[in-house]
This record gives sequence, C-alpha cells and structure tokens, in this order.
Amino acid sequence: MADPNRSVVVTDGSNDGSAVSGAAAGVQSSPKTEKGAGTDPGKMDQQTLAAVLQFLKNNNLKEAEAALRQEAKLPDGSGDSSGSSRVATSGEVSSVLSAYESEGDLARYCEYYSSLSSFIESSLDAHKHELGCLLYPVFIHMYLQLVYNKHEKEAQKFFNRFSVEQEDWHQEDLRTLSTVKTREQMEVNDLMDTFRSSKFVLRMSRDSYQSLRRYLKQHDHRELLSILQDHLFIDVFDGVPRNREQVQATSGAMMGEARRDANKVKVLYGLPKEPDINVPLDDDDEGGDGEDKPKKKKQKKDLLLNKNKKADPNAPPPSRIPLPELKDADKLEKVLSWKEGLKRVPLGRDNLPSICFYTLANAFQNVSAVGISEDSSLLAAGFEDCNVRVWSLSPQRLRTMRGASELDQLDKEADDIVERMMDEKSAADSWLLHGHTGPVYATSFSPDREQLLTSSEDGTVRLWSLHTYSNLVVYKGHNYPVWDVQFSPTGYYFVSGGHDRVARLWGTDQFQPIRMFVGHYSDVTCIQYHPNSNYVATGSSDRTVRLWDVLNGNCVRVMTGHKAAVHTLAWSPDGRYLASAGVDKNVLLWDIAYGRLLAEMKGHTDPVYSLCFSREGTILASGGIDNTVKIWDVQKVFEEIAGSDDLTSLDRASLVEVGPLLLGSFATKATPVLKLHFTHRNLLLGCGRYQHN
Amino acid sequence: MMQNMNDSHAPPPSQQSTETTAASGASTSAPGERKFAQIPKESVKAHAESIGISEVSDDVAAMVAEDACYRLREVMQASCQFMRHAKRKRLTAEDFNRALRWGNVEPMYGHNSPDPMVFRPTKDAELYFYEDKEINLTEFAMETILPRNPGETTVKAQWLVVEGRDKGAGSSPALSEELVQYYDQVTRAILGGNEQLIKTALADLRTNSRVSALLPYFVYLVGEVKSISHDLEALTRLLQTAQALIQNPHLYLGPYLKQLVASVMYCILEPLAASINPLNDHWALRDYAARLLAQICRSGCMSVEGLQKQLLLALQKVLVDPARPLCSHYGAVVGLTALGSKAVEDVLYPQLGTYWPFLQSWMEDRTISNAQAKADAHRVQGAILSAAELLLKTYQQNGSDPHAESSHESSPNQSPHHPDASDFTIGTFGHLLESNSTAGSNSHRRDKGPVPITQIYSDLYSFFGDSLAVRVGNGAPFVPAKEEESDQDAEPIVEAGSSAFPTVQVERADLPPMLPLLGMVSP
Repeated sequence: MADPNRSVVVTDGSNDGSAVSGAAAGVQSSPKTEKGAGTDPGKMDQQTLAAVLQFLKNNNLKEAEAALRQEAKLPDGSGDSSGSSRVATSGEVSSVLSAYESEGDLARYCEYYSSLSSFIESSLDAHKHELGCLLYPVFIHMYLQLVYNKHEKEAQKFFNRFSVEQEDWHQEDLRTLSTVKTREQMEVNDLMDTFRSSKFVLRMSRDSYQSLRRYLKQHDHRELLSILQDHLFIDVFDGVPRNREQVQATSGAMMGEARRDANKVKVLYGLPKEPDINVPLDDDDEGGDGEDKPKKKKQKKDLLLNKNKKADPNAPPPSRIPLPELKDADKLEKVLSWKEGLKRVPLGRDNLPSICFYTLANAFQNVSAVGISEDSSLLAAGFEDCNVRVWSLSPQRLRTMRGASELDQLDKEADDIVERMMDEKSAADSWLLHGHTGPVYATSFSPDREQLLTSSEDGTVRLWSLHTYSNLVVYKGHNYPVWDVQFSPTGYYFVSGGHDRVARLWGTDQFQPIRMFVGHYSDVTCIQYHPNSNYVATGSSDRTVRLWDVLNGNCVRVMTGHKAAVHTLAWSPDGRYLASAGVDKNVLLWDIAYGRLLAEMKGHTDPVYSLCFSREGTILASGGIDNTVKIWDVQKVFEEIAGSDDLTSLDRASLVEVGPLLLGSFATKATPVLKLHFTHRNLLLGCGRYQHN
Repeated sequence: MMQNMNDSHAPPPSQQSTETTAASGASTSAPGERKFAQIPKESVKAHAESIGISEVSDDVAAMVAEDACYRLREVMQASCQFMRHAKRKRLTAEDFNRALRWGNVEPMYGHNSPDPMVFRPTKDAELYFYEDKEINLTEFAMETILPRNPGETTVKAQWLVVEGRDKGAGSSPALSEELVQYYDQVTRAILGGNEQLIKTALADLRTNSRVSALLPYFVYLVGEVKSISHDLEALTRLLQTAQALIQNPHLYLGPYLKQLVASVMYCILEPLAASINPLNDHWALRDYAARLLAQICRSGCMSVEGLQKQLLLALQKVLVDPARPLCSHYGAVVGLTALGSKAVEDVLYPQLGTYWPFLQSWMEDRTISNAQAKADAHRVQGAILSAAELLLKTYQQNGSDPHAESSHESSPNQSPHHPDASDFTIGTFGHLLESNSTAGSNSHRRDKGPVPITQIYSDLYSFFGDSLAVRVGNGAPFVPAKEEESDQDAEPIVEAGSSAFPTVQVERADLPPMLPLLGMVSP
C-alpha cells in the first residue's frame, strides 16, 4: 500500500490489464459499474470474478472460493491488502460505499488537501495545469469520505474551505454535493452513486505524472493514495504537457475527460452513394420520348451528385445497417429535394442567409418543443399542457383520410389514389394531438411526413399518424421523462433518450427497443441521428457528447469540453462534423473523425437550444433563449484544418486558431429561438413562442 | 415549514446566479452557510404544533429540519431540470410540483398563479406572512364576468433578416434609451428652423443603418403631413424626411412603403390649406412630391404592381373630377408626368379631349374675381405641356415604336434612370384604362391598336400650337407630319362632347402665351 508505483491506477494505452489493481477494486460490482466499464472487457472480467468470490465468501462456500482463487491465480482473500474492511452486509449499496470507510486520520484531510494544492501550485508551469485537474476529484472524494464516516462537522468545514477554489464549471455539481450532508443522504443521491461507482478520468503527460509520483513518494498520505487508486483513472500519454487552454478546453464533464482509448475506433462518418433513381417524372420542360427521359435525368443528377458518386472511403457499406427500402414516394421525394437544392443560395461569410421567423402567438401554455419537417412544409409544437399541434407551413392545408366505408368505394388502381384518399372537407390549418399526460419535450417528423414522434415527461414516446391525426403507438420503456426523440434520416428507426440516462433505439413496428446506448452518467438530454443512419450522437447533462454505433451499440466517441448540460446537437451535411451547445452558452464544434474539439463559439448570453448547419455546411446558425439567432463562419475552421492535417498532436490537440467566427447576430422582439432549420434553398427558418412580460 | 417551502421555491433562479458569482469570487467566507434555503428547527416545531404535536424535542426538530432541507434542495435541483427542458428562464410552481411528483411526494396545490404572492407584516408584532385571502366560492361561481377566451394558438411568419440585413419590423425590442434620444433629436432638428441641423439630420437618416428600429416612428412622423397642411415649410421637411428614408440603403421599407406613398400622394393631390394664400408656392411642393413619387417608383422597392395601379387610378380619378380645384388637377398632371411617358399616354392623353375645353373655359374667364383661378389654369396648362413634351420626346428617342422602353431622361424630375422601373410604364395598365376611361373620350382609343405617333402629335399640336413645336425642337422625325395632318385632325377633338366637362369650342388662335409658366414644371 505504501508503494505508490503499485497502487495508483495507471495505463498508457498499451496495458489495459493494469488498469485494475488486483482485488482492491474487486468489490465494485454494482450494475452501474459494469455499464460504465463496458468498453473494457479485461476490467469487467476482473470485477465479475471478484463479485463471484464475494458471493462465495458471503455464503460460506469456502472450498469453492479457494478453488476459484487458485484457478484465477488470485492471492488468498484473507491477506487482502486493501485498507477497507469489507463487512458483508445485506445491501450491495453499502458494500460499494464501504470503499469510503477509512481508518486514517480524517481530521487531517484539510492538511492533505492543502499540501497537494500547494505542491501543484509550486510545481513547474508546464505541469501545473495538468496536475491541477487532480484537485477537484480529490476534493470530492475526501468530502464524501468525511461524510460517510460521520464526520459531518469536519466535512462541512472542509467543503466551505475548499469548494470556492474549484473551477466555475464544477459549481453545479458542488451544489448537489453540498446538499449531501449525512451518510443516509449519500446512499440515495444519484450523483453520489455516479461518483462512487465510476472513476474520474484525467489525462496527463508522462512528465507531469512522474512529478506527481515523486510527490506521493515524499509524502506518505495513505488516504490520498487510496483515493487516487480507487476513484481516479490517470491516462498517461507521452509528449509535451498541455497548457492551460488545452486542459480547460476539454475539461468540464462530470467524470473528467474521455479516455484516449475511448476515441480510437474508426468511425465511418462518410455518406453512402446516392442510389440511382429512375422515377418517371411529370416534367414540364421535356418533350422527348420515353426512352430519352430517364437518361437525361441521370445525366443531370450526375452533375450534382458526382461527389457522392465516387465511393467515399469513409462511408459505411450500404448493407451495414439494414435500412428500409426506398418506396417510389421516397424516390420522388429525393428527386424533389434535389430539384429544390438546385435553387439553393450559396451562403458564406459574404452572403448571410435570410431568416423567416415563425412566432407562436397565444401560446399561454408555453411551448416546450418545436419540430420542422425536412422539406420545411410542416411544423409541430409540443406544449407544456401535454398537447401537440401540427401546422402546415405551405399553402397545402392539412387533410385527414376518408372514413373506411368511403375508402372502400375508391378505385385502388387509380393513379391519383393517394390524393383521392384524402377528405377535402377536413382541410384545416392545424391539428391538435391529445394523448400525452405531461409536457411534450420533443417532436420529430418522419422523412415521408406521414408520421410524427413526440416524447414527454410522462415517460412515453408516441407515434402519431399524420393521415388520421391519431395516436398509433405508445412506446414505454424509459419510465422517466423522455427529453428527446428523433427519427432516423431513412425513417423506421428512431432514438429516444431521457432521465434514465439511457438512449434507446427503436423500430416503429416494435414495442421493445432494438438497442440500448448506456454510458452517460446523467440524463440524455438531446439526440441527433447521423446523416448516414449508422451512428447516433447524444448529449447529456453529464456535460459530454457521445457517439454510438447503431450496429453494435458501442460508444465510439466521448467528447468532453462543455461546462454545463448539452441541450442541442447538429451534424454537418457531410457527416464529419458535429456541433453542440447548451446551458453553458458556448457552441462547440467537433471533428468526429478523431473526436477532437475544433472550435469554441462564444457569444450567447443564455442557454442555446437550437443549432443548424446550412445545406452546404458553410455556416452554422445557433439560437437560444437570449432571443437571438447567431451565424457562425464554420467554413473558416474547415478550411484551416484541411490545410494542416496534423494528427500526431491529437493527445494535446488545441482549438484551431482562426480568429472570431461570429458573422451576425440577430435579435427577435421577445421570442426565444427554440428551433432553427435551413430549407433546401438555404432559407433559415426559426421558431419560438412570443413571451409577453 | 410550509411557509419555508413556499419561500424557497419562488426565488431559486436568482439564488443560483448569486451563488455562482459568489463561488467564483473565491474570497467569500463560508458560502455554504448562506447559500441554500435553510429551515430552522423553530419552524419545525411551529409546524408540528400546528398539526397537533406539541412536544418536539430540540434533537428531533433539528434532525427533521436537516432532512427537510436536504429534500427541499434535492427537489429544487430536480425542478430546475424541468425548467431547462421546457426551455424557459423562469422556474415555475409547476416545475416544483413536477419534481415533487417524481419524488413520490404529493404536489402542493394552489400556487400556480402567475401573480407574485403578497408578503406583508402584521400590525402589532414583527411578523411577516403571505397574504392568503379567503375566496367566497359561491360568489365566485355566480360571477357573471366570464374569463376571456385567450384565442387559439397560431403561427405567424415574418422576416427577421433579409440577406443578412436586419429587418426593422421583427427586431426592434423595446427601444433603447439611445434610440429614443436619437429620434427626439432628429425630429426636433427637422421641424426646427436651423438649416445646418436639418441638413445634418437628413444626411444621417440617409446613411444610418440603425434607423431600422425607428422606421415605424419616422413613417408615422411623415404621415403627419395631413395635420400640418397649412405649413408649407414643415410639409417640405417631412417630404425630405421621407426621401431620406427611401434613400437609406440599410432600410427595408416593406409594409411602411404604402404609408409613405400615401403621405407623398397627399402632398401632390390635396388642395392643401397652404394653397389658399396665393403667395404660398405650393406648386413647388407638389412638384417636389411628384419627383419623390417618381423616385420611389424607380427605387425598385415598389414591386407590388397593385400599388402602381392604385396610384394611376387615384391620379386619374382626380383629373376627371371637375369639382376638384385646379391645384389638384395640377398635382394629377405632374404626378402622371412623374410616373413616366407611358402613364401620360395612357391616362392623361385620352383625357385631354375633354379636359382641354374645361381648362380653356377657366383661362378665358376675364372677370377679376376669377383672376386667381385663371392663373391656376395656366399653371395646369403648363404642366400638361410638359407632359406632352415628355411623351413626344420619348417617342422621338425610341423611333416611333410606342412600346419601346420609355426613357426617363426627359422627365421633369431629372432622376437617374432606373432599370427596375422600366417595365412599370409599359403595357401594364392599358386594359385598366380601357375600362376606366370616361365615355366618349377619344376616338383613337376605340381601336385597339397603338396610336400612331403622328396622330398623337397632331392631337397635341391642336391644343398647344407652336409652343409644342418649340419644346420638342426642330429636326424631329415627325415635324413634316405636323404640316400635313394638323388641319384635318382638329376635327375629332371637337366631337368629344359627351364628357363630364362642359364642352367649349377650341380655336388654336386663342391659345395664350404660356412661356412664363414653364419654369414651374420643366427641369
């Protein structure tokens, strides 16, 4: 125990096995731990093993235990080196918590912390900022140990003395922490649950790490050592230590930074080849014979889509995820959107978009969600009074389908059967959808605009038909508020995420989820499907953004840098870049290829709730409850990184230096910007509810 | 305890923000102590008493108080989450109740009113309490005043930005102090007498991009022309203001254009109070307003075809109304001239046959009492001559194709030619005029084909005689035509007798000299 070489958990990427120090971590067998460590099979095995051993021991099956130990080549249980006394109690919770039980001199925690703090302060500037990251997790765990061991007074003193020294962005969690003042409260608190079951991740250069080891050797602070060992994961890399800006850029997440190996998997972010579409169109400008027509169309299409015609090396194989087959209507839709795209206005720093704003008037029940269909023809708003309302933004009014008996009389072979099915008399400007029993937090149109998904505080996701304006399916599974839901770009699949920290992938025809994306330490607050349907990005109130592979449910990217909950995400049209924003008012831009933070866009003065890339991906629009729309020059960033493809410095990657990116800031009268959407022609649509105060 | 609960769920947002600043300030002492809602054990005891438990020991009260604090903070944090996801800045009682429900606690009813609770002191003791008036339910139920239906939720679209340019309409939040001051200063300068100040103010209005927020106010100001029609000076200033707004490249006039045009038309057509005094040069004002109208039409912002039609109709209506004073007729003529040669040809020219005799009757009146009217009539005649000149010169420049693009170079207002306005004068209101022209006007209009230029010229010559020839100048391609046709073509005009105007025989020899009047209309 006295040897810091052994007790501090270290990995430098090559030796995953050493991430777990023997049986000392073995007791941690709560489901949460397994989930959190899901990407690390070696560790999980160890823990399972330890859990089994514990079980055998508890049930007094000594022979079996001894046999297992021998087989697993583990030291004898009686000679356990861990300082914690693991009294077998009934609850699993207390067995985990017991890690906090300490025989050391708790009264000296203040001294230990000050010593560590002054060591860091006095260390070389090069190491100072990397080592500084240690203070927050050490502070938290010292406080929790004090509380757990019923030193409430000392805990309070400790907290009051040092909490002010922590970085601003930790204050939210510190507030939660400060409410926990007794052991009993610790046992029921979600955040405490996270802290005790998962390790706080720090990245550090080898030099900084060596200097920490020297410090630990000099000062034999047992409690500090055990905290570092049990609750921290120090990811050591070879290279120059990071400076203050670099450290700050990626810090802020609830459980520290991402492990380097968490972002190593190759992400197939490219877009698949556009399918050949030969839909006979009622084209007015062509009088040629039937044979000629499709050929011409193809040629025209080739011109536009030649980028996609070349096989993108980063695109997933088309059959990677089974996708719904294109119906004739879908093909027509694609052609129409492509035609609309021909009329697109190129946007850029010299050519800002026009913004058309849809203001919701008379919404006394407060609007909590707004969705706009891909083709910009429909608008859906979710309200806090549990209702959803759908409007048409085009001159086409909204009609329902005829009744069954009337439908029966129609000639099903007729060319315009879809048109005939609709009841002209029912045409209305908007439809109200009743069904949820809590505020509606998200709405999402299916790509064919025949269905609408909504998620609500009542713990359900509902699927609505936009032919009959009635509820088709209720998806139950989250059991807690569902903060967001989104259809895949191809339809059929959708993803929901909520307070239960899990994002679920569903198929519209199944009432059980197909995949569960588990790993966030706190609520999944927002979801964005990747344009190629193979990945899903989620944002969370644990202040991370994660990317999940739909194929196997693995987390393939963890991106840290937000200093508060993430509330909105947007993919660039080429699928490589992701923008995120939320309560910390900053808009961050990520390169998914390497999971690297590219740029930070500051300017909003209140939480940001909406992001959207222009159709060709040159500018980014953001909007929030500070009642402004801001336009950012992301093209500048893309141009910069295209020039320097420096991948070697990834470990200490810093923001791309390009100067200010803000192109314009436009205020509404008194309307929060809840939704932004670029039409195919690059007209920016905004939506919100007028706030009269 | 209930009171404390109420107490704590109202202020959290502000509390949070102060907390954060206190924490980042780093030097504050013991921030944990005062940060959060605290429930003293005395409150616990008081509450226990209120529900009939009298003996609560200090220990128990302290423990309950601490636990209640913890629960309360937990619920507050959870309720903030509901606020964030509802995308609001303000925490509501409903958020708090939602958090309670998810914590399996009975929500608190009766706190959903958006009005703040009144916190007031008792008269005798130093005790404060929330006012909680009793409501008589019977009275409440019998109340005849029904709450107003708030109306259905609707979506309204509006432009926030056009091609990166801020639009006044959507983007003016409550006017800032600065803007109000700016408006004040500019209006005072414009309506004051200091030439230098007026110049500066107008120059700024022409160039300042931030005027967009004040656009509605300035448009309203220009609309005041109707209430100051006795003050020529002020009318001119307001027209100048309108002109400055139109010239400002940062402004999108949009819905306000109509109001501006209405104000300008008022100055052109109305028999302003200022015109009662013959010493007032209201003619110049009308000319200026007409030039402004031409400028608006040419600036391209009047893309609404309907508006142009309306303008022509309004001008025509005034022209054919013999009850209107001559100064209004004058306005109609200069207005039409400003709108271009096509407007002159389509509206003014067909009316001349009936209007000329009417005008003649005024000009021939030699009674002293009507001297003023006679002078006015001469002014109108001068304006018509200018219009005729414009028409003929346009033909002259475009050869004899009447549908060639009309040039504005020769129009009296001398504004630069604007390409956008070109289609405006061509062929768009031919049909309009066919249906609207008064009966029996001109025989040439009855056949659908375009009127030959020689015809027009001879018609006009029959009214103006040589003064027209002087204006159009020698060497014109149709000068010979004048000699051939002038004699024969005097006839049809005499025929045109069935109009609203009193018919008078016209003889060319009677045309009075008109040169002194030309200065008013010509450039």
